Amino acid sequence: MTSPRRRPLLGRLVVYGLLLSGLVLVGTPFAYMVSTSLKSQRYTFEYPPQLWPREPTLANYLAALGKDLFGLYFLNSAVVALATTATTVLIAAMLAYAFSRLQFPGRDALFYVLLLGMMIPPVMLIIPQFIIAKQLRLLNSLGGLVAVYVTMNLPMQTFLLRGFFDGIPRDLEDAVLIDGGNRWTVFWKVILPLARPGLAVVAIFTFLYSWDEFPWAHVSIKEATLRTLPVGIALFQNQHLTEWGQVFAASTLAMLPVVILYVVLQRHFIKGLTAGALR
Amino acid sequence: MPSPWILPQATTRMIDGTLAQRLALGRKIWTLRSGYAFLLPGFLLFFLFVLLPMVYSLRISFFDWNPVLPERSIFLGLSNYARAIQDPIFQRAVINTLSYAAITVPAQIAIGLFVALLLDQPLRGQTFFRGAYYLPVITSWVIVTLIFEYLFNSQAGLINFLLKDVLGLVQRPIAWLADPILTMVPINLLGIWKGVGWSAIILLASLQAIPREFYEAAAVDGAGFWTSLRHITLPLLRPTLVFLIVVLVIGGLNVYISVLLMTDGGNPLDLTHSILTLMYEVTFTRLDFGYGAAISYLLTVFVFVISIFQIRMLQRRVEI
Repeated sequence: MTSPRRRPLLGRLVVYGLLLSGLVLVGTPFAYMVSTSLKSQRYTFEYPPQLWPREPTLANYLAALGKDLFGLYFLNSAVVALATTATTVLIAAMLAYAFSRLQFPGRDALFYVLLLGMMIPPVMLIIPQFIIAKQLRLLNSLGGLVAVYVTMNLPMQTFLLRGFFDGIPRDLEDAVLIDGGNRWTVFWKVILPLARPGLAVVAIFTFLYSWDEFPWAHVSIKEATLRTLPVGIALFQNQHLTEWGQVFAASTLAMLPVVILYVVLQRHFIKGLTAGALR
Repeated sequence: MPSPWILPQATTRMIDGTLAQRLALGRKIWTLRSGYAFLLPGFLLFFLFVLLPMVYSLRISFFDWNPVLPERSIFLGLSNYARAIQDPIFQRAVINTLSYAAITVPAQIAIGLFVALLLDQPLRGQTFFRGAYYLPVITSWVIVTLIFEYLFNSQAGLINFLLKDVLGLVQRPIAWLADPILTMVPINLLGIWKGVGWSAIILLASLQAIPREFYEAAAVDGAGFWTSLRHITLPLLRPTLVFLIVVLVIGGLNVYISVLLMTDGGNPLDLTHSILTLMYEVTFTRLDFGYGAAISYLLTVFVFVISIFQIRMLQRRVEI
């Protein structure tokens, strides 16, 4: 990295000092969560509070995974997040391809209608979505979660992918079309492989969204065995007000995939974020 | 299938001609249709779960809606809306929500800008810091809300311990979550804490897009840090700031999960609701779907008006 302005030592120390104290503010709640998850019940309300657990134990993790269905919630969340991600990537790519490459009447109008979806906060649609899902027998089903999650992600992800597709040169595509391939061949054989980095960004955001989503899952799932992690954790805390050890053991486990995904794919992540903001 | 060798040559040629034409036409229709074919699955979902709900919600809001037998619903006209405006609980929810946006949005942007300026310095471990500051953003609202609930616990919470025993600022532990005003403190702090990383990363990307020569030229002219910030950085960040303000205000007006979990659905006495937690309770606990839909529509319209107003007002000032 080139550093055009080499600051004096004191200045640099101040910068590091400020960043580190910010880090303490950001990190302490997480550290406290992990620490509490390792405490046995009698130490969770200890005073003065201990940041370092006394007699650390994994009992909360075993209890959370064992008796209280958290293992099942984990599985439900994984199924929903993976299905949502795969479906969103495919459908958003199809939409983006049509908006980027194909000519048909009403194209721009339809694109703006879709963008309207980016401005509507999802919780506002919950009441009619609930009624419609009920009529389609999509309440109390993981399929109902996937259908709504995919839809809520489509506008933003189509917008991102269209920008990405616009940057792919058309020569290859034309060659395939001249050789007698149709639009679907182009889509599968040319566009999707070339757009892999863009698809990765879409996949990350969609996965995180569906892994963390609470309001719709909370409203539409009543069956205990079908709950996803956020709902399962929130309801568990509501019913067992003082069992913070288990609540945080489950929370720590729920955070793991997110953190791993983030650490491994940070580069893609930042790209997607700024692509949305800096148009 | 007729054998081609029976047909006279002329006929074959004629068929060939029309066939070619039809093929060309067919291909045109096919291309046209494939455009719509690519749109079909996406727009089917979008229609079912976004467009239809928008209209449906408006309809419901005019009725005393019967969720079991919709045909038995009673038409009320605008009275659900009139009821909301006169309802003291709704008014309180509006005040709570507006103050949440008014507190958390400026704080997130100010702190986010500060962090972004720090991260923009040439330093080691930039990737690490950036990642760490972003961690709260990607963590689920449910988890961070529960953590804050535990930190602000009145008997054994870390915050009361710091205030009472470490800093000595208070005599007795504060019952944060039992008082309708005090509850707003953890809720607002959580909103700021969770959002700062997002503003910081977006602002950092914009900062890095500003050419260094601008600062060097300003430094030659004797401009200090504050002068450069005021006359170079902030004006060039303006489009990004507009984007941040609009998105954060929309997000702030939609505050939901943290309030729902921290106040256990508006407790005590329905004084701590946000607009959306009230909408949730009215709809899914009291099963008053019509009133709930009216509340959600009021919020939708308000969000739209405010967003358009903000974009207009803030963009006008860009042309300096």
